[in-house]
Amino acid sequence: MDIGDAGKPDAGRRRDFAPWNDPAARALVRFKGVTKRFSGITAVDDVSLDIHTREFFALLGPSGCGKTTLLRLLAGFETPDAGRILLDGEDLADMPPHRRPVNMMFQSYALFPHLSVAGNVAFGLKQEGLVREEISARVAEMLALVRLDGMGSRKPYQLSGGQRQRVALARALVKRPKVFLLDEPLAALDKKLRQDTQFELMELQEKLDVTFVIVTHDQEEAMTVADRIAVMDHGRLVQVATPPEIYEQPNSRWVAQFVGDVNLIEGRVVASTPGEMLIEAKAGGRLKVASVSGLSAGDAVCIALRPEKLRIEPVKAGSRGGDNSFEGKVWDIGYLGDVSIYKVRLDNGLVMQAAVANMTRMVERPIGWNDRVTLTFAPQAGVVLTR
Amino acid sequence: MREAMQGKGISGGRLAIAIPYLWLLAFFLAPFLIVLRISLSQSVIAQPPYSPVFEIVAGWEGLKAFVAALSFENYATLFSDSLYVSSYLKSLEVAVVATAMLLALGFPIAYAMAQAPRRLQAVLVVLVILPFWTAFLIRIYAWINILQREGLLNEMLLALGLVREPLAWLATDTAIYIGVVYSYLPFMVLPIYASLEKIDHNLLEAAADLGCPHWKAFWLVTLPLALPGVAAGALLCFIPIMGEFVIPDLLGGSQSLMIGQTLWTEFFGNKDWPIASAVAVVLLMLLVVPIAIYQHMQTRDPRAGSA
Repeated sequence: MDIGDAGKPDAGRRRDFAPWNDPAARALVRFKGVTKRFSGITAVDDVSLDIHTREFFALLGPSGCGKTTLLRLLAGFETPDAGRILLDGEDLADMPPHRRPVNMMFQSYALFPHLSVAGNVAFGLKQEGLVREEISARVAEMLALVRLDGMGSRKPYQLSGGQRQRVALARALVKRPKVFLLDEPLAALDKKLRQDTQFELMELQEKLDVTFVIVTHDQEEAMTVADRIAVMDHGRLVQVATPPEIYEQPNSRWVAQFVGDVNLIEGRVVASTPGEMLIEAKAGGRLKVASVSGLSAGDAVCIALRPEKLRIEPVKAGSRGGDNSFEGKVWDIGYLGDVSIYKVRLDNGLVMQAAVANMTRMVERPIGWNDRVTLTFAPQAGVVLTR
Repeated sequence: MREAMQGKGISGGRLAIAIPYLWLLAFFLAPFLIVLRISLSQSVIAQPPYSPVFEIVAGWEGLKAFVAALSFENYATLFSDSLYVSSYLKSLEVAVVATAMLLALGFPIAYAMAQAPRRLQAVLVVLVILPFWTAFLIRIYAWINILQREGLLNEMLLALGLVREPLAWLATDTAIYIGVVYSYLPFMVLPIYASLEKIDHNLLEAAADLGCPHWKAFWLVTLPLALPGVAAGALLCFIPIMGEFVIPDLLGGSQSLMIGQTLWTEFFGNKDWPIASAVAVVLLMLLVVPIAIYQHMQTRDPRAGSA
């Protein structure tokens, strides 16, 4: 917990950090079958979830999916209708918010307008009854950490949005919580500042060795900062996994579509051999993908293909479509600078998206509107979804 | 072209600012100067009932004679005669005590209103303003009815067995306090409610989150943020109560008069306009003090209370 000496942990430790795979590891926060209803609407529906010490955990989902409610249940602002929440093995049911060793950063920051920056940061420490010297030392240390030294006597209304955000950060972290909760912490910042702050948050988390739980609707933000992401929809956990797993192995159509762009091709298993599986697309055409256990011929499946995993080429005269190769016509092109998005209307009627990194300066487009193109992908690129 | 437009905009803006100033000039400063001028005259039995009177036809010599005839004698009388001093003190006492009572009663009411469900709040605000639908005088006459010897209050106390025989309520200070607190309560409740209602609920959650129990958050967060409303409410009550005439005249006794009653007596009873004007000028000066304090508070921290 010592801020000064902890330093930056070596990269190796972070790379190997995966306590959720260790059956012997004891979770710091445990949600056990937690349900919360608001006048008939189930905001959180039977959620069971473990969050481990020093983890940077993200709750991701569209607005109204229950992620903020889950956070507020942990902070103690809501009480569950069913289920239990444990922190460090202790049931939080009878612990009011002001006794819980967790601190929250509010989306609105909720800075006290009548107190100075230093007064805001010191507020929580005063409640602990610490001596004045220790309070002022810890406040100064924290303000330096969030790069607000010398701002202690300002009032919140005299600060910029980014500065206010850092006061809110300092005010919660100075309490040295066991779990630090962040409710959409960067939503009010502009994009560039948001990206910088994401990296600052990660650095801060490593320095302080505190468990962070962040609520966000921004999948990029979740992917950037989090060790693990819980994707939520309609109060339920849909998938809990690391960012690469969420992106590369989404467990349902919904997750695949919510996290990043994706092409979904509905079809049916024609043949399954160990190694490869042949899928007949509903719209016509055959796809070869890496096989998945538990599926046999005739099962309905959906193949998810990320746009950047598709290869797009002008149709060569004389070549004919082989496996995982579709012909079509370019329907729209979106130039984003680093990548270009090609929307291609296939001959079987499907519209597919392909993303191509613009590795050389684009002076003349090799592929233009209405060109005939071939889309191909490797069998490993397709993800077989059954949900 | 652009400069011309800007020039026009500024003059339009100046006009908009000038209107309230002109209004104050015509309806506050001019009458005040007339009152001030009368307060420096002497009472005579004539029309108008004071002297000297300046006439434009008298010319420069006339003006000099007029200025020479003005004196501060009335102010000296005001401070030497205990009648006036005790009237001012009585008004101050009633205003201070009543404002304190209004705060003690109004803050909890405003707090309860702000805590009520959103939909109910609008109804509660209407209920607070509802007494204004009836004329002020009629409501005070109604209190005479309630407070008189065979009135509602005594009947109730007798019925409950709290008193053996009817008490004298009318013509006492208690009656004045009842009347004042009843009449001014909305002026205390509404500003406090307005400042409480706009406090972001997240602030109280943040306080709890930082380890502050609910009762303590009230002192550390709610109250400081409601302070502008409390100050506004206190001022809105204190100032008019200081000059209150109708309530003490109808409900109070004759043993000690408030300054408003003394003023009325001098003006209409004794027909002594100059001394009545002096009473009014001194009252105004006394009331400038709390307003100046409030102004100072406002300018020191312009954003206090807003999120």
